Amino acid sequence: MSDSLITETVKDAVQIVKDHSDDVHEHDVHAGDHHSGDHDDHGGHHSSLGLSNTKLAMWLFLGSECLLFGGLISTYMLYRNRHSENLGPDQLWDIPFTSATSFVLLTSSLTMVLAVSAANRKDLRNTKIYLGVTALLGALFLAGQIYEFTVFYREGLGFTTSLFSSSFFTLTGFHGVHVSIGIIMLVAMIGMLSKEKVSGDEAEAVEMVGLYWHFVDIVWIIIFTLVYLIPA
Amino acid sequence: MAIIERPTEAPATTNRGPAPAPKASTNYGYLRRPVETTGWRSWAFTVDHKKIGIMYGAVAMFFFILGGLEAALIRLQLAGPDGTILSADKYNQMFTMHATTMVFLFVMPMAAAFANYFIPLQIGARDVAFPRLNALSLWVFVFGGVFLNTSWFLGGGADGGWFMYAPNSAVPFSPTNGVDFWGLGLQITGIASLVGAINLIVTVLNMRAPGMSMMKMPIFTWMAFVVQMLLLFAIPVITVALFLLMFQRSFGAQFFSVEAGADPLLWQHLFWIFGHPEVYILVLPSFGIISEVLPVFAKKPLFGYPFVVFSGAAIGFVGWGVWAHHMFASGLGPVSVAVFSVATMAIAVPTGVKIINWTLTLWGGKLTFTTAMLFAIGLIVQFTIGGLSGVTHAVAPSDTQQTDTYYIVAHFHYVIFGGAVLGLFSGFYYWWPKVFGKLLSEPLGKWNFWLMIVGMNLTFGPMHIIGLQGQPRRMYRWTEFRAGEGFFNLGFWNLVATIGTFILGVGILLFLVNIWITHRPNSKTGPAPADPWDARSLEWITSSPPKEYNFARTPQVSELDEFFHRKYVDVGEGDKHEYVQRMTGEEVIQFEEDNADPNIHLPAPSYWPMVLAFALPVMAYGVIYNTLLIVAGGAIATMAMFGWALEPADAEASDFDPPVEGDETSKELANV
Amino acid sequence: MTDTIHTPSAHDQHDAKEHHGPSDMQFVTIFFILAGITAVEVAVSYIDIGPFFLPVLLGLMVVKFFTVVLYFMHIKFDHKLFGRLFYIGLGLAVFVYAAALSTFQFFAG
Repeated sequence: MSDSLITETVKDAVQIVKDHSDDVHEHDVHAGDHHSGDHDDHGGHHSSLGLSNTKLAMWLFLGSECLLFGGLISTYMLYRNRHSENLGPDQLWDIPFTSATSFVLLTSSLTMVLAVSAANRKDLRNTKIYLGVTALLGALFLAGQIYEFTVFYREGLGFTTSLFSSSFFTLTGFHGVHVSIGIIMLVAMIGMLSKEKVSGDEAEAVEMVGLYWHFVDIVWIIIFTLVYLIPA
Repeated sequence: MAIIERPTEAPATTNRGPAPAPKASTNYGYLRRPVETTGWRSWAFTVDHKKIGIMYGAVAMFFFILGGLEAALIRLQLAGPDGTILSADKYNQMFTMHATTMVFLFVMPMAAAFANYFIPLQIGARDVAFPRLNALSLWVFVFGGVFLNTSWFLGGGADGGWFMYAPNSAVPFSPTNGVDFWGLGLQITGIASLVGAINLIVTVLNMRAPGMSMMKMPIFTWMAFVVQMLLLFAIPVITVALFLLMFQRSFGAQFFSVEAGADPLLWQHLFWIFGHPEVYILVLPSFGIISEVLPVFAKKPLFGYPFVVFSGAAIGFVGWGVWAHHMFASGLGPVSVAVFSVATMAIAVPTGVKIINWTLTLWGGKLTFTTAMLFAIGLIVQFTIGGLSGVTHAVAPSDTQQTDTYYIVAHFHYVIFGGAVLGLFSGFYYWWPKVFGKLLSEPLGKWNFWLMIVGMNLTFGPMHIIGLQGQPRRMYRWTEFRAGEGFFNLGFWNLVATIGTFILGVGILLFLVNIWITHRPNSKTGPAPADPWDARSLEWITSSPPKEYNFARTPQVSELDEFFHRKYVDVGEGDKHEYVQRMTGEEVIQFEEDNADPNIHLPAPSYWPMVLAFALPVMAYGVIYNTLLIVAGGAIATMAMFGWALEPADAEASDFDPPVEGDETSKELANV
Repeated sequence: MTDTIHTPSAHDQHDAKEHHGPSDMQFVTIFFILAGITAVEVAVSYIDIGPFFLPVLLGLMVVKFFTVVLYFMHIKFDHKLFGRLFYIGLGLAVFVYAAALSTFQFFAG
């Protein structure tokens, strides 16, 4: 099928307008006949684009999440300098430590991608191993976050201390919640694979978890740079 | 699992009772699957998009009445000077809840009702991509709407205006829990919209019948598709805003505390980045509906279908660049104001394209003025009026006078009521026979229409005048002293507006009466014909109401207005068109049924969507009252999600009788 | 067995096409590149490179972002629609939030 739904649709539209001239009616019959993506007549599951519903859904969801995290990041960027003198980013951040946790999360993306690769090979054992390692690395990242937050808290940075602190904890908190949900999904996936309770294509299910997990990672890529590495 | 057998003589029906799936009692998850096909359980646990659509519509209609009562109280308060019906505090709650109810609990879910019911039918599918998620959206909406309205009994409704500007919405200025109910309630309904958006986008992209390219889709589906894309990206923005507000109110965060150095405009930006796409979310479905209705009753195809499609997409796209026109008086500065002013003027263009296309659809057509058609034409007229006042707002200097006056109130009621609501009513009358198998009374429908038109113009027309005369919004009463000189002063027009409200109310009541006399037990209304309007699009190639499985066989589509072209063949020569009927609508439907699929499988009902939906207000009450409830709700939600994940949506092959292989022409439904 | 209905043969052709992509070794290589870029980012935050600081940092961030999106999330090798749907969200987010922030004079000096 054509590799672009959008191109085909635009082409159809242009064709309709071109055929238009003095009549409005019959061009519709012809436009789109040059084939617009039905994989029909192999019996089976007709789907207009030959794509997985679940995968489409996941990418749409991730697209919407850009708006969510964009809003939280913007709020932080607006308020990052609104704090008292000695409780700002430059005083609080421990860059080496956060670099280490960032590296952990990055590694988990690698193990995730290896899990998907194993799942595609129907290598169940390695899939579960890689999923497990990903979950562990994710948990390690979270542990690092929690440790970091307790240090900040002890140094005087609470949730309600300043605009900077509220924005910071909200942004990283949301990210942390997303990581936690990801870990739950990873562990659940291991369990469901073990008990053969995954309905549908197992490799695809692992891939979906992977997409979510990578998204959480790329959000952190942005957070790490904008929040931690850019001085006040 | 509902398994439809197709013996040649008996119509395949779900009434044969539960399928060989007391294997549905197979315990994936923790609960036995619901198998009832009749009674309340067949509605409560259904995943059928049609039943879900009807329930969306019924609940939305309830909230329409509720919002209307709230409006009536407002207008009663303002009918005369020194009104005593509502205190200032109650008045604040009333206009806040009126708007919130109308926008979030009436128009959006009613559009969802139409989208849910008709998108699969219009594209030739048997259901949406994710049937259980569809049920989830419904129940989350219902529980969220109820949750929001329990605020009335628990300390008072939200009182900061539907746009809830901060820091006025913070605790010191809004100490009751009303705003909390508002914020949490909208978070919940926001989940419904977001999930529904994902569902319908995948459905439209991936589940069209063979031969139906995007440019052969019925226009309502196109507009609804654009709306889902808008929802997908707009809802997260208000989600951020609502979280920030909730953290401020419930946990002491500082986001909107001016004394801490906060900028109140942060709320306004976040809200209106959502809020402007939101108004297109409100009106585009109705644009889609009348784009279906006008051609049918003009006996002409929609003029410039590709332009209507692309202008809809353009409106959706440009709509993201205009939000700060709601903030012209907020101190943005001249550069920002100028930019957003120009962008706002630009968006009038694609809207104007639609008006032209609709008008040209009517031009030269053979017009039949059914109630549906009247409402459709009514939309064109009334929305244009609203659009014109909108253009005057786009000009920032004149908006500076108009903002926060009743002139704005006039504008948005003309576009929302005259646009979105009239379109919905057109859809009611047009599609009622399809959904319910009976035609609504046309004479009563005409009374319904005219009373609504007279009522709305008497109510909202004068608001242009009183706005320019200086009456501010959100003012709980006016005095004789302030009413101005002369006979046609604030007092006069406010009274006219109130009278108009009651005429409008009677008109709407007539709609409910129409439903009642059509469907009451001893109603004299007979079943509707299969093709009462000589319609054009695919959803009419079904029985009325459609069978559970929608189409006897998945239709093969070759044209836009597929149904029309099956009935009529063009025998004209060259550029001339001459349509001759070769089949009646009934014959087209019968032909499909004669060639029906032997095996059809549909997704099975499930408890989990309702259980998961239930968990959300539990958590929300927990945020307001007791943290333990958050934990409890979270536990229910987690359990529901696991139960859901472990429950397959399709039965095993052996559940079918006879057992099926991979090669049947039924639709693949994803396991969500 | 649950999967007769769910594993239509027709899709396998597409799957086969879609799942060519980096090999495991290539993924590991990409990972090390990403780790290296991260190290450079951190180094840049310590070393003074004057006015190049922000552009370099942001540039590196963008490279990492899209590397993960294109390779780990497989957009480069999958059907174009997935990427486009995601980029619409990403683009809208960047646009509206940059516009909003600029009304706060965020980018001014």
